[in-house]
Amino acid sequence: MIREVPLDKERIMIGRKASNDIQIENLAVSGEHACIVTILNDSFLEDLGSTNGTLVNGNPIKKHILQNSDVIEIGKYKLKYVADAPAAGQAASEDFEKTMILRPSAKPAAAPAAPPAAAAPAKPAAPVATAAAPAAAPAPAAAAKPATPPPTPKPVPPAAPAAKPGEGQPLAAVQILTGPSAGKELELTKNLTTLGKPGLQVAVITKRPQGYFITHVEGAKFPVVNGKTIDAQAQPLKDHDVVELAGVKMEFFFKK
Amino acid sequence: MNDLSGTIEIATATHQGMVRSHNEDSIAADAATGLAVLADGMGGYNAGEVASGIAVAMISSELKKALSSAEELDIAKVERLVGEHAVRANNAIYQASQSQPQYAGMGTTLVTALWHDNKMVVGHIGDSRLYRFRNSKLEQVTKDHSLLQEQIDSGLITKEQARHSQNKNLVTRAVGIDPDVEAEVHSYDVQPGDIYLLCSDGLNDMVRDEDMQLTLSSLQANLPLAAEQLVQQANDNGGRDNVSVILVRVQKSFAARGGLVGKLKSWFR
Repeated sequence: MIREVPLDKERIMIGRKASNDIQIENLAVSGEHACIVTILNDSFLEDLGSTNGTLVNGNPIKKHILQNSDVIEIGKYKLKYVADAPAAGQAASEDFEKTMILRPSAKPAAAPAAPPAAAAPAKPAAPVATAAAPAAAPAPAAAAKPATPPPTPKPVPPAAPAAKPGEGQPLAAVQILTGPSAGKELELTKNLTTLGKPGLQVAVITKRPQGYFITHVEGAKFPVVNGKTIDAQAQPLKDHDVVELAGVKMEFFFKK
Repeated sequence: MNDLSGTIEIATATHQGMVRSHNEDSIAADAATGLAVLADGMGGYNAGEVASGIAVAMISSELKKALSSAEELDIAKVERLVGEHAVRANNAIYQASQSQPQYAGMGTTLVTALWHDNKMVVGHIGDSRLYRFRNSKLEQVTKDHSLLQEQIDSGLITKEQARHSQNKNLVTRAVGIDPDVEAEVHSYDVQPGDIYLLCSDGLNDMVRDEDMQLTLSSLQANLPLAAEQLVQQANDNGGRDNVSVILVRVQKSFAARGGLVGKLKSWFR
């Protein structure tokens, strides 16, 4: 690591000219190559039409919201974006996902009682930092514009879009045993797979972190699993369970 | 007089999620009146629960009264009623927040939906949402009053980038925070078979739109199961917030008796 640069300004310029906040003296770097704009908890990296482009994790970008540990490449130089990690013991903080009011006037709405380490706005430290930057004093300059004072930004872990609940679950399938579709196999790739005849009898197999379950959806008759009629509750499915519904028998099994 | 018994079917589900110790969402629904209200409370010391509770209780009881006593009800009047009651709820919550220190700064989002004369009137404030499921496609109807949505509208970020933003859950409009607030109110045509979904951000932050759509298309024959499965998926994905869902299915046409279609129908009785 050569140096650590805190993202404490609304706009940080990166380029070859001395006027840049981060000056990189290299012919492969344009005079004003890229910039990082910070709005509350988000930092955007934007390429400013540079000759050789800007990469993030190996991919060329025009504009990109930086995620923790993203590696930016400009010329042959690498810069690593490090967001403030939440303080230890804050993992299950109730502040996560709390909706906050953002208003242009007056003070921020009463903040929930946050642990002291969380009081500072998250200030992402950019290039190749070692440990997460310690919580520094709140800097009003970090706000986007004077008219928009920051509400208490909550240090959140890098927000991943909701993960598929089924990820990590072994793939399973259902094989039809009787009737005109006997022999056909249906892979259970989605969170929900419905089986049966709409209007007559329908059941749904759900794929959850805890495993696969079958639940009755509609119809006067309920699904039969291994010869026993199930009730309205979701029934966990085990390898090689035999399910019967709408007059058709099928076998649930894990694909290996 | 709005009487929709037998025309719309409603199922609801609410859960505090896997992380929070309290449920600060409040919901209410009445199929006979054709009314659904959802509110997601915010504020320190769990005052969010108080704010959302006031909003939902006030709006559902007062709107029911206003609708049953109204002589002539046209869509413009329904829109006005929805807007007015949002303002009344705002005043009540704002007053309460000034009266007790533990309520200071409390507020709530709000979505109010009313079905009348083959139309739906929706008023909302904040980032709780209403979606429409029609012809197997789920579409978001309300636009969030949030920083992220403003950034998307101004072209600063794309919807895809917004999913990775750390600025989630920053609303630009809320009920009970300021002495003045205005609900965004619109009306829409309704078709038999439509399913409407009101939800707090605890759902759409935890479950992708595609999975919400899949759940509705797979389970539309069993609305209570669909509502329960949406909440379950939010919790399976982490359940980082309270999650609430109101599902409303329009089973058949509900022209108002005074309306043109109602008049035509009565000729054929």
